[in-house]
Amino acid sequence: MPRRCLVLELAKVSAGYGAFRALFDIDMSVRAGEAVGVIGPNGAGKTTLMRVISGLIRPRSGSITFDGQSIGGKRAHQVVATGIAHVPENRRLFPRLSVEENLKIGAFVPAARAQLAFRLASMYELFPPLKERRNQLAGTLSGGEQQMCAIARALMSGPKLLLMDEPSAGLAPVVVDQVFDLVQRIRTEGFTVLIVEQNVQGVLDVVDRAYLLEVGTIKLTGAAAELREHQFVRQAYLGM
Amino acid sequence: MDIFLVEAMVNGLLLGGVFALLALGLNLIFGVIDVVWIAYTELMMAGMYAMFWLYAKYHWPFLAAAAAAIAVVAVLGLLTHFLIIGPILDAPPINQLLATGGLLFFLQSFATLLFSTEFRNIGVRLPTLEVAGMFISVARLLAFGVSLIGVGCLYAFLKRTYWGVAIRAIAQDRQIIGLMGIDQRRVYGMTSAIGGALAGLAGCLLVLQYDVHPFIGLSFGPILFMICVLGGLGNMLGGLAAAFIVSEIIAVGGFYVSIDLSYVLAFVVFIGLMFWRPRGVFTR
Repeated sequence: MPRRCLVLELAKVSAGYGAFRALFDIDMSVRAGEAVGVIGPNGAGKTTLMRVISGLIRPRSGSITFDGQSIGGKRAHQVVATGIAHVPENRRLFPRLSVEENLKIGAFVPAARAQLAFRLASMYELFPPLKERRNQLAGTLSGGEQQMCAIARALMSGPKLLLMDEPSAGLAPVVVDQVFDLVQRIRTEGFTVLIVEQNVQGVLDVVDRAYLLEVGTIKLTGAAAELREHQFVRQAYLGM
Repeated sequence: MDIFLVEAMVNGLLLGGVFALLALGLNLIFGVIDVVWIAYTELMMAGMYAMFWLYAKYHWPFLAAAAAAIAVVAVLGLLTHFLIIGPILDAPPINQLLATGGLLFFLQSFATLLFSTEFRNIGVRLPTLEVAGMFISVARLLAFGVSLIGVGCLYAFLKRTYWGVAIRAIAQDRQIIGLMGIDQRRVYGMTSAIGGALAGLAGCLLVLQYDVHPFIGLSFGPILFMICVLGGLGNMLGGLAAAFIVSEIIAVGGFYVSIDLSYVLAFVVFIGLMFWRPRGVFTR
């Protein structure tokens, strides 16, 4: 694999909060065009992993490179400018801004701002319900629509890599299926995706590869189809 | 209705304009940065002194002096944030209150040192209009009109510009604002400068009605905080409404009893309303 195809690479990354360490020597990579999943139980460090990549917290040690440049010491707003967008856990829309204002905020970085009208139009094309509700306050959307809006807001920055933290959490089962359909559609649009999920079954159906994270370390990694058949994964996560 | 009562009500309305402006500034800072600037009316006092100095002493044209005074207080707002609030941004709120309270005494003492405790007047005499038997001061009318324009400009800024939307967004969720590519520190700096500029504008308007002295902030501060708490801290629309309610209570109370007792009345009403809605009358 030629080196320039590698989008994101983590080497021996450790991170934590205060005296608590949540991640231990994580090695991980995501190549251009891939969809990669991170699965694991509650408290395994999945959200911390997302936060450390997007610059919300700094790694204690190790290096994070993205598209050839080191982003390990950058702050969140600088990481966005390098082409990483992060859909946070629980969507975190700005509830008292309209849907359109939420999308506008997503295109805050200068490069994205210059193409605002075009980006808005393409998001409305990708997610027609958002166009209908563009002037509605984001807090009044249904759970599924909010997830749509949160993904669209992240895509507004024109990312090379989309991070998604538990997109199916807290949604009704029918809506969960819709969300995974959304992820599938984003993939076909050509975005590179790193997705963290507790819904192991759902995520393994939409990604190419996955990592299994347990208590801050990578336990297992492989192609989605392999993991689905893996004895340990089947017993512990798929209930088979 | 008694013409003097109407006159009192009109004056209350006009007073409310400046309070609305100040309440907006304080609420903006609280909503975005989550700190209360106890020294806010002392920043306003600094604006009044800047006006006095530039206009009365150095004979700058009025508008140029006003623009400079607003700029000076905007810079003071920036300094307040980066020198005082910045280092203790994550400290408990009581520490932030004490720090800006310290700034209050610092600014009062500094003004005393520079200008002594003497009352200073910039020497502009604006006429009084007689409308339908009522006497209305042009200075108050001007303060009211310009305050409303200031409020309108801020509204347009928050509603229509990228940074304005960012300021509203950060007031709703500060933790993820970085994920939008927005530098939180820059938004805080901008908010502090705007908050300072609003206090400066209020100072420019009030210096036409009142003599400036180092303790003038204390004549406005307590009422201002009462207004902000009544409207719900951080709630800009609530603050606007509360500014007019409190000013009317003071003006109409002053008409029926006396101006001193009307402040007591305003605080009694305030305490009563706080029992009814402790988090602010206009809090959702």
